[in-house]
Amino acid sequence: MSTAISVRHLRKVYPGQPPVVALADASLEIKDNEFFTLLGPSGCGKTTLLRMIAGFEHPTSGALEMFGEDLLELPPYKRPVNTVFQSYALFPHLTVAENIGFGLEMLGKPKAEIRATVGEMMELVQMTAMADRQTGQISGGQQQRVALARALAPKPKVLLLDEPLSALDFKLRKEMQLELKRLQTETGITFIFVTHDQEEALTMSDRIAVMSAGSIRQIGGPRDIYDQPAERFVADFIGDTNFLPAELVSSAGPTATVRLASGKTTTARSHEGADMSGQVTLALRPEHTSLVSEAEGMLTGRLGNVVYFGTDTHYHVQLDDGTGFVIRKQNSPDAPADFESGARVGVTFGAGVAQVLRD
Amino acid sequence: MADLSQREARRVSRVRWMLLAPALVLLVFAASGPLLITLVYSFLTAGDYGGVEWSLSSDAWFNVFMQRDIFDDTLGFSDAHLSIFWRSVKLSLMTTLACIFFGFPTAYFIATRPKKQRDFWMLLIIIPFWTNLLIRTFAIVELIRNEGTVNTVLMALGVIDEPIQMLYTEFSIAVGMVYVYLPLMVLPLYASMERLDFSLVEAGYDLYATRLKVLRRVILPLVKPGVIAGSILVFVPSLGAYVTPRVLGGGNQLMLGNLIELQFGQGRNWPLGAALSITLLAIVMVALLTYVRAVGNEEVKHG
Repeated sequence: MSTAISVRHLRKVYPGQPPVVALADASLEIKDNEFFTLLGPSGCGKTTLLRMIAGFEHPTSGALEMFGEDLLELPPYKRPVNTVFQSYALFPHLTVAENIGFGLEMLGKPKAEIRATVGEMMELVQMTAMADRQTGQISGGQQQRVALARALAPKPKVLLLDEPLSALDFKLRKEMQLELKRLQTETGITFIFVTHDQEEALTMSDRIAVMSAGSIRQIGGPRDIYDQPAERFVADFIGDTNFLPAELVSSAGPTATVRLASGKTTTARSHEGADMSGQVTLALRPEHTSLVSEAEGMLTGRLGNVVYFGTDTHYHVQLDDGTGFVIRKQNSPDAPADFESGARVGVTFGAGVAQVLRD
Repeated sequence: MADLSQREARRVSRVRWMLLAPALVLLVFAASGPLLITLVYSFLTAGDYGGVEWSLSSDAWFNVFMQRDIFDDTLGFSDAHLSIFWRSVKLSLMTTLACIFFGFPTAYFIATRPKKQRDFWMLLIIIPFWTNLLIRTFAIVELIRNEGTVNTVLMALGVIDEPIQMLYTEFSIAVGMVYVYLPLMVLPLYASMERLDFSLVEAGYDLYATRLKVLRRVILPLVKPGVIAGSILVFVPSLGAYVTPRVLGGGNQLMLGNLIELQFGQGRNWPLGAALSITLLAIVMVALLTYVRAVGNEEVKHG
């Protein structure tokens, strides 16, 4: 697969007192036909990076290429890239069909071709019945579909999506997540998706770049990011995580032997080439751990709150060294009697489940 | 029950009328009243020393457009009046267009400044309003008269050998009116541009529209209400302008306002002045209707 977008050492600093570093030093490669997500909290630089690819912002330094062509030289209207804006930015003085056809019209396509493509796009997003409506007369979800169709109509090589689902309600957002994934597979266009919603990122993406404070913390597939977070920020931002202090005994390639606070040793995964020594932090997902009797536990403590969530139950355990720990257990109707709140309990997890963080 | 609700409805309507009364009284006495008097006067006979005599006559209306030759009594169009009408309409249109031309970039500039700076720029636009119109007009005289700043500088630089006659021409009137009325264009334009969602401009660029196309296809249609409001605010007072053409036109470049003043003053022909005033009103109304209809049609075509 060829590289669609190549970002090399992009940096953006807004002058001021003090200067604001929106993007510290970002480098990444986005492959052709990939659903790539920039994930991070607000102010992490993900939107800045997207706007640079679109051409609305110019980097302070660095290089940006698209299929080997230098993008920075081109004004936004010459880049074969289209954007779905967070606010949709539909033209209020045009109808649904005119909005969708706007890009094609600006490209100077013949009228018949515009009409055909617009029809095709409206069918793709199921908006054919609304063709002649003004954009103010349709619902938020429909506006979202029009914005998507408008950006797809000129058949861009790369589609940029700036938190397009954030204004939709929960159910509609779920539907659109699947819809977006379907559209991406059907059209074969590279999607670059910006979001602060980790669940959205995990369900749709081929690969995710987790960003924080203007730099990229980790790039990988949803499973890599979730199961093997590289550092504390990533582990904390995506999903729920237990952090445990541990001491490194030895490490060999991707596995490491660590000694827990209780004195017991276990094997954990680590990132190759990571520079580790002495005290390390382990990350453990709540659903990868289980509650057992005090004698069986790798770690021991006192059970605090037990919170029932329907699909699963969360057990809050106060470990003996004072660390809080959460265990998530899936509920089933034939489950045996649970532990009582206040009881002494043990916590256990399989070998190689814990992840050694790089920090 | 029905009776009760009916009585309540009547009470509500009575209260509404009472609350509206101050505005209605003002409208009747300040707008409709004087207009009615003007209309009546235009059908009366001129008094010898100004004022009117209460005998019906259509002379005034006749004289607005026609004149009788003093030698052979033949009937002809009143060239003097018609040329003044034409000059008024022409200069007002030019003023309006020039105000759009200069006001649009100005308003765009201010609307795209950071929020904190906008008030400062708006202040600069409004400051001239704080000074007397006459003084501002004489300032322009100082600038463009034969021994004025512009000519002096140009001659000193060797660009011209003798001063350019700018004062007392239609050009000087247009310059004065653009200067005086420009804020009236900038203010409504700014108001509609401030509300403009600039992500729409970005969307335009993103969809392959060049700068010019974004201006024509995205920004202009969206700020059209501001352009219309500004044009009306500039065109209407331009048409009836009095001070500016008086000072900068030097008495031989009359506009409608000056002609009307002349009838009530030296001319001592109040009915003709009244008839000319009503004519001015009619011109304004026809112009506005034509303008709004033309702009509205365009909307139907594009929208």
